[in-house]
Amino acid sequence: MTISHHLDDATLMSFAAGTLPAALAVVAASHIAACPLCRTALVHAERIGAALMDDLPPATITGASPPMPDGSRRAVPPHAPAAGPPQPANSVPPPLARLIGNGLDAIRWRPLAIGVWHHRIALDRGGAGDLRLLKLAPGRGVPEHGHNGMELTLVLRGSYHDAIGTFCAGDVADLDDAVEHQPISDAAQGCVCVVASEKPARFRGWLPRILAPFHGL
Amino acid sequence: MADLLRRIAEQADASAFRELYQVYGPRVKAYMMRKGTDAATAEDLAQETLLAVWRKASLYAGDRGSLTTWIFTIARNLRIDLLRRQAPWQELPEWRLQEPSEEALPDEAVAEKQRQSRVRTLLAELPADQREVVGLSYLEGLSHSEIATRLCMPVGTVKSRMRLAYQKIRKGVEDLE
Repeated sequence: MTISHHLDDATLMSFAAGTLPAALAVVAASHIAACPLCRTALVHAERIGAALMDDLPPATITGASPPMPDGSRRAVPPHAPAAGPPQPANSVPPPLARLIGNGLDAIRWRPLAIGVWHHRIALDRGGAGDLRLLKLAPGRGVPEHGHNGMELTLVLRGSYHDAIGTFCAGDVADLDDAVEHQPISDAAQGCVCVVASEKPARFRGWLPRILAPFHGL
Repeated sequence: MADLLRRIAEQADASAFRELYQVYGPRVKAYMMRKGTDAATAEDLAQETLLAVWRKASLYAGDRGSLTTWIFTIARNLRIDLLRRQAPWQELPEWRLQEPSEEALPDEAVAEKQRQSRVRTLLAELPADQREVVGLSYLEGLSHSEIATRLCMPVGTVKSRMRLAYQKIRKGVEDLE
């Protein structure tokens, strides 16, 4: 899998700080799991957090005794499984598989428009944002839309293209509200992606606007 | 520090663990309290963080960031767990902890220490507006939108300041890579 679209540095920082809204963090983690470049970039962002933590005036520990480690240390196998990436193409990345299971084929899709389906993913309790899978038949488009806040899209299968470029499996589109785009799926394979947004997308044109309340987009 | 971790990993040395807790416990507690956690919970989380280090010591790969960075990420995840029960990236160790610690190169540990102290210097040298958004994100635990609201500015401005800070810091450690 060759990845050519990556996370924005600001998104990586927010992820490292632990402040990226939950829905977006799932997509960011899913991309990072398959992308060596973003993993390296993340280490830089986490080092910033470590330096800031280290610079805080230390708090006083008031507990009478330090925690006592027990024999559970070996609960973690001394040799973790071999490196996660590269993952087989078309597999569900682990952070997402935790929420939807491994099979994209077992998803119960709901129609959204002709040749367009979606599936809303429940977040852990208290998780912020909107997370859903989107499936486009070959050559189908999502109505032109802008975003209220951030949107992260990770391609899982097939590909799509828009004014920004072509996005294949593993590529992530890291967009903010300045961007309006109209993705069209690959003419042969179509496209399955996972989309996270802070708030629902806003569509141009009357039809999507009429449909939006019904489909929750 | 790396030596303490080695003693924990190889000999399950409880005194090494206590030393490690004395160094990092107060820092992790301070980080938790800064994020708005009450003192008692913050101390519990500091204990949990260090106990996780104890359990996973043999998986720590020293070439993947310093011990402080590793402890920071554990603390961060525990804090998120507290807020929303489960962090989506909690199960990421398949890449981060993929190699046993005995293979960590001493040179790399030294280099990482240098990078860490360079980052602290670079953070202190950031323009005030960039340092402010970085602090609000990492220490106050605000999302970019929340920072934008707090500072009455567009999210785009928050992000571009974050980006500038990141790029400056990353570039600043380039010669130590």
